[in-house]
Amino acid sequence: MEKFVKLVSIAAPLLEPNIDTDAIIPAPFLRSPSLNLANGLFFNRRFDGNGKPIEEFILNRAPFSSAKVLIGGLNFGCGSSREQAVWALKRFGFRCVIAPSFGEIFYDSCFKNGVLPIVLNAADHKKLAAEVELSNFKIEIDLDAQIIRAGGLEIGFDVPPRKRDALLQGLDEIGTSMLSIDAIRDFRSADRIRRPWVYDLETR
Amino acid sequence: MPQPATMFEKIWDMHAIRDTGDGIYLLQVDRHIIQEMACSQAFDGLKRAGRKIECPGLTLGVTDHIVSTKAGRNFGSFEGGREALDLMSRNCLENGIRLFDITDPRQGIEHVVAAEQGFVLPGCTIVCADSHTATNGAFGTLSWGFGTSDVEHVMATQAVLLKKPKIMNLVIEGSLSPGVFAKDVILHVIGQGGTQLGRGYFVEYSGSLIRGLPIEARMTICNMSIELGSRCGMIAPDQKTFDYLAGRPFVPAGALWEQAVNYWRTLPSDPGATFDKTMKIDCGHLAPQITWGITPAEVTGVEGRVPDPSSFSDSLQRENAEKALEYMDLKPGQMLSDIAIDYAFIGSCTNSRLSDLQAAASVIKGRKVAPHVRALVAPGSSTVKREAEALGLHQIFKDAGFEWRESGCSMCLAVNDDQVPAGKRCISSSNRNFEHRQGPNSRTHLASPASVAAAALEGKIADVRRYI
Ligand code: SF4
Repeated sequence: MEKFVKLVSIAAPLLEPNIDTDAIIPAPFLRSPSLNLANGLFFNRRFDGNGKPIEEFILNRAPFSSAKVLIGGLNFGCGSSREQAVWALKRFGFRCVIAPSFGEIFYDSCFKNGVLPIVLNAADHKKLAAEVELSNFKIEIDLDAQIIRAGGLEIGFDVPPRKRDALLQGLDEIGTSMLSIDAIRDFRSADRIRRPWVYDLETR
Repeated sequence: MPQPATMFEKIWDMHAIRDTGDGIYLLQVDRHIIQEMACSQAFDGLKRAGRKIECPGLTLGVTDHIVSTKAGRNFGSFEGGREALDLMSRNCLENGIRLFDITDPRQGIEHVVAAEQGFVLPGCTIVCADSHTATNGAFGTLSWGFGTSDVEHVMATQAVLLKKPKIMNLVIEGSLSPGVFAKDVILHVIGQGGTQLGRGYFVEYSGSLIRGLPIEARMTICNMSIELGSRCGMIAPDQKTFDYLAGRPFVPAGALWEQAVNYWRTLPSDPGATFDKTMKIDCGHLAPQITWGITPAEVTGVEGRVPDPSSFSDSLQRENAEKALEYMDLKPGQMLSDIAIDYAFIGSCTNSRLSDLQAAASVIKGRKVAPHVRALVAPGSSTVKREAEALGLHQIFKDAGFEWRESGCSMCLAVNDDQVPAGKRCISSSNRNFEHRQGPNSRTHLASPASVAAAALEGKIADVRRYI
């Protein structure tokens, strides 16, 4: 997995609440695994009915079209479990999403793809949104120190320690679990005796 | 005497392989369901890493999302889905995973077919890259949805990482009057509790109303747990659960069955067990519920009105309501029963089982769909479709002017060609009314299948109790 240590970039604010994964990547882009998901990111907001870019939408404007940080609103990434939502954000260039709260599945999926989701309390979130406006939307995310810097502002943030370590080192979760495969198999062998009806399916 | 435990704790303890730190556990997975829209990348990843599927026999493949629902469909009927379906067939074949492809008589929506085939057993952990996996909690399981990376993790290890959630006991009391269904209950609960109530929790639904519900209705309740903000809903198994499961194709038989049932009877939460949170919601005297907005919490009784955003004291709620009314093209104070509809959809993993189709059919029997309405039924599985046909329901639907489709997710997600056109309004028995959900700029009102049927007849939102 790609490491995440420090990021200096443009922050794109998209502050409305409840932006769901359907909005992040609409269903038609899930049909074919070979599609470039960056093209579908926020499709119904980025393009009009004729496929023309909608000028007012933030990601269609410089400097936001090259932003690596998205400042979202309450409950960002709620709804459908589609991991394509994270893939689309990443493919478009985003490596970090900051919001007061996230859809839980989306939040987990971010870490698994080298994208850092940061939860900020409502007051800090508001301060940050105001400060980036004043400082040409420049932002710095320092995961090692767990600090966001924008203009004169420094805001600390929490992130689950193990997930932080994994991002800093680019560790892949499956690889880590595979180190325990013997323990997993031992557990299952004992379970086959405890609950044989669960495994009866394997011989059908 | 052991400490009283919740059902969640009993199942969790049976599956916890170890605590990996930060409250994240490695858990044994008993059942893994995979579908064509979320899994091909996981197969690719597994292959790249040179790994194999750990327990192919505990995995079930289904095709439901990107499939055509046209009569006589085949792999090519919806060209856009061809690549995903072909990949699914190849991947499952190569890895020894049983697959219900679209030619299989057992095909259908994953959260319908899993239980129907007996792939779901009480006390199991069941995972799938789909947020409505919680449906299977109706059998007293821990079932939750996750993303594609987790699919690959389960493929490689038959185990999953999960942060230990908090547990909520949602006590639902009351009994349902005619014309009011489990769908109305869960919409009302979401309306009362909001879309964040279940965040961080697994929810056990209990109470007199839940106990009284048949199994398929319990599935409707658990299905919409994610709309309540929770990844997992569950209901304690009881005699109804065992009666439903007995004899289904993947359910153990004979001595194993006896052994299993004896264990399953120990699963319900003990009296005096402690929950992190308990909440009571009274659902007696409930009217049929219809959503007016763009989240499932924006809902009210059918005789109600579209709210006036200025009536909300909370500024966030007010803004949300304003946005919802604009998207839905509704006016503050408008009677719900004055809202004309263009489409009526009966289907989805929430409400497409035989009992749902029976409830809708009893409303439309001998009547006609309003001329300007396009009405569709997409049975939840090919099995449901056959059972309904054996009862003559298809004839009732067709005579009334409904399209009788093949099984699949269809217009719930509109990832195939079943779409609500821009600007059109649909009343739907599905679970999400997000913007653009049923097609770009489509508008969705969620309701029970019977309410959808009543609206189809009148061409506008209607009180189904008139037809009971
Ligand atoms: S019917 Fe709808 S909600 Fe259910 S699995 Fe299919 S797309 Fe998802």
